[in-house]
Amino acid sequence: MHHLSLYFHFVKLRIRSQMEYRLSFIFDVCAQASISVIDFFMIALLFNRFKELAGWSLWEVGFLYGMIGICFAVAEMVGRGFDVFQRNIVRGDFDTVLIRPLGTFFQVFAHEFLLRRLGRIVQALVVFLIANSQLTVAWSLTKVGYLFISLVGGTCFFVGLFVIGATSCFWTVQSIEIINIFTNGGVFMGSYPFSIYRWWFRHFFTFIVPLACVNYFPSLFLLEKIGASGVSAIGVHLAPFAGFLFLGITVLFWRWGVLHYQSTGF
Amino acid sequence: MIEVDNLSKIFKIYHHRKGFFGSFANLFSRKHRIVQAVDKVSFTVKRGEIVGYLGPNGAGKSTTIKMLTGILVPTSGSVTVNGYIPHRQRKENAKHIGVVFGQRSHLWFDLPVQESFELLQRIYRIPETQYRYNVEMFDELLSLGDFFQTPVRQLSLGQRMRADIAAALLHNPDILFLDEPTIGLDVVAKARIRQFIQKINAERQVTIVLTTHDLDDVEKLCKRVILIDNARLCFDGELARLRRLLSTERLLTVDYAEVYPDISIPSAHVTYQEGARVQYRFSPEEISTADLIGAILQKFKIIDISVQEPDIEELIKTVYEDNSLILPCGETT
Repeated sequence: MHHLSLYFHFVKLRIRSQMEYRLSFIFDVCAQASISVIDFFMIALLFNRFKELAGWSLWEVGFLYGMIGICFAVAEMVGRGFDVFQRNIVRGDFDTVLIRPLGTFFQVFAHEFLLRRLGRIVQALVVFLIANSQLTVAWSLTKVGYLFISLVGGTCFFVGLFVIGATSCFWTVQSIEIINIFTNGGVFMGSYPFSIYRWWFRHFFTFIVPLACVNYFPSLFLLEKIGASGVSAIGVHLAPFAGFLFLGITVLFWRWGVLHYQSTGF
Repeated sequence: MIEVDNLSKIFKIYHHRKGFFGSFANLFSRKHRIVQAVDKVSFTVKRGEIVGYLGPNGAGKSTTIKMLTGILVPTSGSVTVNGYIPHRQRKENAKHIGVVFGQRSHLWFDLPVQESFELLQRIYRIPETQYRYNVEMFDELLSLGDFFQTPVRQLSLGQRMRADIAAALLHNPDILFLDEPTIGLDVVAKARIRQFIQKINAERQVTIVLTTHDLDDVEKLCKRVILIDNARLCFDGELARLRRLLSTERLLTVDYAEVYPDISIPSAHVTYQEGARVQYRFSPEEISTADLIGAILQKFKIIDISVQEPDIEELIKTVYEDNSLILPCGETT
């Protein structure tokens, strides 16, 4: 409880300081939303020509796109502390984290909150809702619950990627930009049905970096496409939890990184 | 309060490569050199003491403080602070210590001081009455009110330091670690912070470990000093004892009633003469201060006389430069 109330206090402070420059804030939110609209427009153009992709219609792809977009934007909003961790470690601010009577992961997590990502969240949500209205998804309580878990799982997945990027700073000081291949690239890859990719690629993004587990597989279930995909139904049902597991593993990696920092310093 | 036994810290300094491929390669890089930052240092600090932890740049002061605060894990040896092992019980230890690094603020730089303090109140779960009492007291002593609503990034260095020290004491820690608390401050600001430290130590029995380059800090605050050089402990004892051990020479300044043509005195050297004012340098081992004054009084008429001990800055420089002066710790005179 202490951590939770502390977290919301931090969030409150962050939001207030970001609202200080209200005009710039609003402008930023709108700019982000419109940029991502163009983003989806590109996909729509593609479909204008091809009509369907590996058995997926435009609106089904919009469903995928919306889901992954929401997850990524929420992850950027809440996981900002890890995203910008490099800056803090270069300044030596991590010592301050270590002198406080709180866990390091919690402190870095709670330290930042990027409200501006609201623009992207709204945009992805709009695409998702429009796609949904064009499709005939038979929503049930199970499906809504499953969607919710998938979205949280997907957010955990992206936060986990930020955590990996941040943790690598303990060794390299600079963050390894390679992680962007997975974050920004993940959104891009996740916007298309996974069946279009080669087998090694699909396996890598299922079992090592479980991007497909939080987006593609859940969509198979929600859009009732499991049968056509040839993926096992049990696997699909459990898939969203891979996001939680992934985050859990990255937390362990983080702890290891902190131990490394404490034995080497800078 | 603090027990340090045979504490050592060895760093492997990795070679950092730059750029995209460089930073990736750093993950696998094994290139490094070994630096011994702290070498078998032992000391204990009792409750309510103010100890000056001194040494030249790179001697290992900050590394020691970081091990005492749980930021770094020792390579070997043991540390206990308040009965806690800082690196194993980091969070417990953190509740009972306050830390101030002069070079860097621990406050949130975009928040006003007051909000930073309120955050700390939540983080350390400080009861409202204690929080109010402390803020009021620190405000009285450090005039925090002048800048309580100002974001930390807009504070002057002196204000920031005052805010940082107050922040480190909000949760009533038993021990306060101060790493260069007066660095870059003007004389007035320094004096103010020293007074505050003295008062906190006297009234609350807060144990204080102070690292500094400013020897005025040491003279004003510390009875006891620990000197380290090249990662090793080279002196641990009272400041006065250090002075006695090292001060082989003193200065005697005399204002004579008139200008004498020959002012030489056996066993003392004239270091300068300006009209009727003469300064002698002498060694107390050769001639005691009393005998020297006696000899002067016998020959001349004087108006005023004063004896000066050499600056500790000079003293410490002697220790650093002359390794034969290095004393095993715990040695008594």
